[in-house]
Amino acid sequence: MADSKKSNWHLYEVFIRSKNGMAHKHAGSVHAQDAETAILSARDLYTRRGEASSLWIIKSSDIIASDPSEAGELYDPSDDKIYRHSTFYTVPDGVKNM
Amino acid sequence: MPKKPETVYMLRLADNALILGQRLSEMCGHGPEMELDMAMTNMSLDLIGQAKLLFEHILTWEDLAPNADVLAMTRPLEQYSNCLLVAQPNVDFAHIMLRQYLFSSMQKFQYEALLRSSDKTLAAIAEKSLKEIAYHIRFAKSWVLRLGDGTDESRARMSDALESLWRFTGEMFANDAGLSDAVAAGLSTNFALIYGDWKLEVKSVLSEAGGLTPPPDTRMIMGGHQGQHDENLGHILSDMQFMQLSYPGLNW
Repeated sequence: MADSKKSNWHLYEVFIRSKNGMAHKHAGSVHAQDAETAILSARDLYTRRGEASSLWIIKSSDIIASDPSEAGELYDPSDDKIYRHSTFYTVPDGVKNM
Repeated sequence: MPKKPETVYMLRLADNALILGQRLSEMCGHGPEMELDMAMTNMSLDLIGQAKLLFEHILTWEDLAPNADVLAMTRPLEQYSNCLLVAQPNVDFAHIMLRQYLFSSMQKFQYEALLRSSDKTLAAIAEKSLKEIAYHIRFAKSWVLRLGDGTDESRARMSDALESLWRFTGEMFANDAGLSDAVAAGLSTNFALIYGDWKLEVKSVLSEAGGLTPPPDTRMIMGGHQGQHDENLGHILSDMQFMQLSYPGLNW
């Protein structure tokens, strides 16, 4: 019953940019029938306290995500590459600006 | 009771916002979806915020009550001057959205007529409110279109709502003494002259919403601005006034 009632409702992911120059960040999701309702609902749910200057929404089904079961092979190899962090390097004496 | 033309007219605006805000607040926790529940309570808060600014401003014009809460919450029924439309019940989601669309699309013209008011504070309240009103129109209109042009059932419900609510629309544009005195005082321009434009705009949206047409304008029901209300406002007031009358001066 609940499924048939909601068969035309889609899940959308909501991204908020707090101010100009910042990146849009994932804030959560909304159920909606179409893009217009999704953006209105996202506005109503996620921007009540002055959080936003811009909103993006995208159908959750359109997001291509990495496979959690592959997390090991994808991300673990970077754990021991400490030389990829700038903190690995010491700044030589006499360098004034980096 | 207000005596000045300015306060008579501003009280009407304040009561419209307060009563519709109260009506929408009844839907808190009862929306068909969480997203729509939030949308209705957000609109409710916008309207109650508008009412608060107006009640507070009215008291700077005329000493009608010790504070805005007393003015808003403790008058007898016949001293409320909201239009009849805003007190109509939340029959179903179609009624709620159509009521909102009919009211907000009127309120836009009504508040635009205040932008060059001789009362600068009122003009500023109108300017702030117009941003909220633009959103209310966008939201409610999208649902009038979606339900009117949707399934057989949603169209039937929107059609019933139109049949039931249209007769209260004429009052909102009535060129009565309250409005013409406010115009004479320089408080507002005569927005009743825009009635024809409003009807054209609304009828075009209704026609897009599955070809809905309003009933003829011959039997418009009026009286709310003069304090002659139907039973709906009594039910609202018994809920809304209970706390302030039982515990005068109560604060959160």
